[in-house]
Amino acid sequence: MSSKNGTIKESSNDRVFLTLIYIFLSILMIVILYPLVYIVSASISSPEAVTSGQVWLWPVDFSLEGYIEVFNNSDVIRGFRNSILYTIGYTLIAVFLTVIFAYPLSRKNFYGKTFFMIFILITMLFYGGLIPEYLVVQQLGMLDTPWAILIPKAMAVWQIIIARTFFYTSIPEELVEASEMDGCSSIRFLWHVVLPLSKPIIAVLALMYAVFQWNSYFDAMIFLRTEELFPLQLELREILITQSESGANQDIAEQQKRQQLANLMQYSLIVVSSIPVLIIYPFAQKYFVKGMLLGSVKG
Amino acid sequence: MDQSLDQSKEIKKVTQWHLAKRSFQRHWQLYILMILPVLYFIIFKYVPMLGAVIAFKDYNVVQGIIESPWVGWKHFENFFNNPVAWDLIKNTLFLSLYQLAVTFPLPILLALALNEIRDGIFKRSVQMFTYAPYFISTVVIVSMIILILSPRSGIVNTLLEAIGLDAVNFLGQASMFRDIFVWSDAWQITGYSAIIYLAALAGVDKQQYEAAKIDGATRLQKIWNVDIPAIMPTIVIILILSVGNLMAIGFEKVYLLQNPLNLGTSEILQTYVYKMGIINADFSFATAVGLFNSIINLILLIIVNAIAKKVSGNGLW
Repeated sequence: MSSKNGTIKESSNDRVFLTLIYIFLSILMIVILYPLVYIVSASISSPEAVTSGQVWLWPVDFSLEGYIEVFNNSDVIRGFRNSILYTIGYTLIAVFLTVIFAYPLSRKNFYGKTFFMIFILITMLFYGGLIPEYLVVQQLGMLDTPWAILIPKAMAVWQIIIARTFFYTSIPEELVEASEMDGCSSIRFLWHVVLPLSKPIIAVLALMYAVFQWNSYFDAMIFLRTEELFPLQLELREILITQSESGANQDIAEQQKRQQLANLMQYSLIVVSSIPVLIIYPFAQKYFVKGMLLGSVKG
Repeated sequence: MDQSLDQSKEIKKVTQWHLAKRSFQRHWQLYILMILPVLYFIIFKYVPMLGAVIAFKDYNVVQGIIESPWVGWKHFENFFNNPVAWDLIKNTLFLSLYQLAVTFPLPILLALALNEIRDGIFKRSVQMFTYAPYFISTVVIVSMIILILSPRSGIVNTLLEAIGLDAVNFLGQASMFRDIFVWSDAWQITGYSAIIYLAALAGVDKQQYEAAKIDGATRLQKIWNVDIPAIMPTIVIILILSVGNLMAIGFEKVYLLQNPLNLGTSEILQTYVYKMGIINADFSFATAVGLFNSIINLILLIIVNAIAKKVSGNGLW
């Protein structure tokens, strides 16, 4: 980019400056990576080594006891399964709703599109609040059902804007007109022409919605009571935060061995729960970047 | 004159009507498709806005939102007469301003630095690793913080003890809560937030760099005189959006980081709304506090937008 092998030589000042930039970026990378490496290393070390603080960078006394403990925990397995189902269901619903809303808004002669844009932008400025939203879910009888996870957050304004921008720039008006000449209905056109041409944007939307759902805990915490319905993040909160030493109960009596294993399991659990996101991360990174850029083209 | 004006108005009305009719005939299937998303927004966004009137009522489940009796400003008065109110407002403002002061400039610095170095494996690794934490869930981030800062087995205290210092119960100290919250946030989102500035930097006209080089500008001068002006509009928009989220930010994470020992600084308006409303079921009172929070937020947004427009000519509206 701005790197130059041009005719004018870099001054020594610039070389110093560039070196400082490399040092700054290297430190930043280490600071960001270290906690991640530490957690992974601890998760594959022995319980004693972790608790006694021998692990600081690389694994000590390699062992998979933490992972065995995780996979023997039926709550975790159930939460994992629930989260997969919620994420798939939610993503399907959210992408469907976003596409059928964003596509019409991208058409040139679609009467009322300014009205609909203002209609959704208002919801970004004014927020009813946590309690009124809770009461709506309650009134609809969704409390303590999977619907409370799947429906209330099913659309995001930002995602609609991204999708609209994509349709606007990549589905030319001439294509619509040509299909209308051939007597193709709007819905058929959307299904057979627009969708196949929109795979990149559908991937962006699906990844954004899926990561959001996989990582969220708060709605589940306020809307769900039945443990069988809990998603993974809520189980994690139970195991990792509510039950762990949160500073409040610092010198509690304990059976050492049991405690050590429970401690180790927390590290393994963090790794296991992040695996699905880590698997899609290489794709996600590219698509998230794309999505962010699309959104910023036109606000 | 008057007549022709009336006429043109009339024509405009007719054409509007005509356009609407034509659009509906042509796209009627799309309008039908839109019913579902529109209903979604009405039910889950607009109904709660109207439902916020219970801040001025004594809501009870039996009478519902409409029938419950009006009580005027009672809940607001109760809130402001409670000494806790000022602590909550102070905690909310301090935390969000501190967070803004750290997480707003860092991504800009990162983007400017990345823009200086050559494309290659180093640059790609920095980008890949700095984005990664963004994808980790709030629950996991907070768990990591708790594990790493644990007074008994956490790595930070192990290191402190190794160099002969006393272990510190970081999360049990109200004075450290804000630092932990803000810097862990910086750790998580700096890389991701830099993307938008990198995109803006990629759009800078190459001729400007050439011109700067010929003028003998140093790298620092080039950043100052070419790069920063080029990304200024982006900076302004992001600043406005950040201020617009000031009072709402990170509340789910604050809640998870709370414990009885750090409540003095970690109790903010939003966590209080949750506790009063959902846990204590004091719906009207909690809605009043939440409404107060949203209104401060909206006022801040309007002020910042006005200032930004005046100073830089860019605004959200």
